[in-house]
Amino acid sequence: MAPTTCFNCKEARAVIIRPKNRHKLCRACFLQIFETEVHETITTSNLFYPGERVAIGASGGKDSTVLAAVLKTLNERYGYGLDLCLLSIDEGIRGYRDDSLETVKRNAEQYDMPLMIVGYGELYGWTMDQVVEQIGKKGNCTYCGVFRRQALDRGAARLDIKHVVTGHNADDVAETVMMNLLRGDLPRLSRGTSIVTASGASEIKRSKPLKYAYEKEIVLYAHHRQLDYFSTECIYSPEAFRGSARTLIKDLEKIRPSSILDIVKSGEDMAALVPQGGNANGKTCRSNAAEDESAGGCGSQNGRTSGGEMAAMETQLAENEAAESMETEIRLPAQQPKPGNSRTPKQIKKQTMGHCERCGYISSQRVCKACTLLDGLNRNRPKTAIEVGAGMDDEEISSTLMRQMEHTQLTNS
Amino acid sequence: MTKSANGGAALSITVEFTGGLELLFSNERKHNITLPAQMDDGSQPNIAYLVRYLVDNVMKDQRQEMFIMEDNVRPGILVLINDADWELEGEEKYELQQGDNIVFVSTLHGG
Repeated sequence: MAPTTCFNCKEARAVIIRPKNRHKLCRACFLQIFETEVHETITTSNLFYPGERVAIGASGGKDSTVLAAVLKTLNERYGYGLDLCLLSIDEGIRGYRDDSLETVKRNAEQYDMPLMIVGYGELYGWTMDQVVEQIGKKGNCTYCGVFRRQALDRGAARLDIKHVVTGHNADDVAETVMMNLLRGDLPRLSRGTSIVTASGASEIKRSKPLKYAYEKEIVLYAHHRQLDYFSTECIYSPEAFRGSARTLIKDLEKIRPSSILDIVKSGEDMAALVPQGGNANGKTCRSNAAEDESAGGCGSQNGRTSGGEMAAMETQLAENEAAESMETEIRLPAQQPKPGNSRTPKQIKKQTMGHCERCGYISSQRVCKACTLLDGLNRNRPKTAIEVGAGMDDEEISSTLMRQMEHTQLTNS
Repeated sequence: MTKSANGGAALSITVEFTGGLELLFSNERKHNITLPAQMDDGSQPNIAYLVRYLVDNVMKDQRQEMFIMEDNVRPGILVLINDADWELEGEEKYELQQGDNIVFVSTLHGG
């Protein structure tokens, strides 16, 4: 097969097909265009101001490594005037985090950025190894997730930095949209799609500059720039529900690569419909950032699902099609908005932010989730803690749907 | 051309696993692989053959589903043929050439 030439420069050999538009690009054009698009995301959403101090949540994985590399490049190229540093969380998982922290330390040298590491051990008195020893492997993602969100904020506060950027990519956002759609949680869907989550109560703002970047392109960017990143699987726990959503997204991408950005776009449009979302175009969402970030950073749960859920879905689709052909179309009369009696949207529970009475961290509850979980750990009664903490977003708590999905998976594999 | 173990002409290529996939392949990133230059039916070995060969002969980890799905490379794993996306080269039907460098990169692993 003759080598394909680059769509952009029409000279070099194309090595990449872009998922979003199928453009075939050479290495140099790809790197340039990837960076330019991140720059556009940053400028159109006014993510930074000159002189801003920004902490990059760095795990040593591909996303945060690419984020650090791109931000450094753009900061120099476009003169953002940012003061960048790396902020890493040490969950205290031996054999997992140790190696990735070594990567972050090398990144700090490679990108000439200061690095701060905050540990669960020092913050909470519990490392994840100790948590797992206490509660077992099931449900520990909840602890890790809740602790991580706060840890990033606390680390930033120590550095007196008010803006933390994370490496969440388009695939992560699409996954979160799907998960919240399946759970029927529109408020969280809305918060998950916004590029910036600022909180009324917390000084620290979170943003995702790679929100529109495909995971595939992030990996290829890292590959073609030969970035030093670490990839492994968390040795604890598959986060089952997210894993299924992830498999679904990857399967969809295979069939129709633009699906991922389309889901992100749909998520943004749905978010605009959520009352009090304040998120008309996926830009800013004021909410409890601390509770909402779904940790794409620990996503290593995949790889285990068999794809059975897709098979089940295909069967379902086939059945639907069959059924459709037998259906008679029924048209509902168009709804006329009546003045004075306009359709009241279903009341959506709005989070009211306060402070945790134990630790002072922002929380919609009297006691924040981290403190509730810690209470349970300290009292040696983790089961209670899981139930209390779970109501909001425990991935492990089975909704009926999830149980069905898992069931399908089992019977199909 | 070198000779393979059974005396026929052989094809030497390099295979790399990154992005976490190396964990499935004895934690070795780079593997030198020798394949027969011609299949029994006269065709040349392609990527599909290579993938099967890797699963049967190189992969010691039991979790095959982390690498293949329905006999194809699992969605979420990128394949680069001499640094180019395999979609540009005919995907699993690409016929391997002497000295090719094939990279499998997982996008599925976290960090």
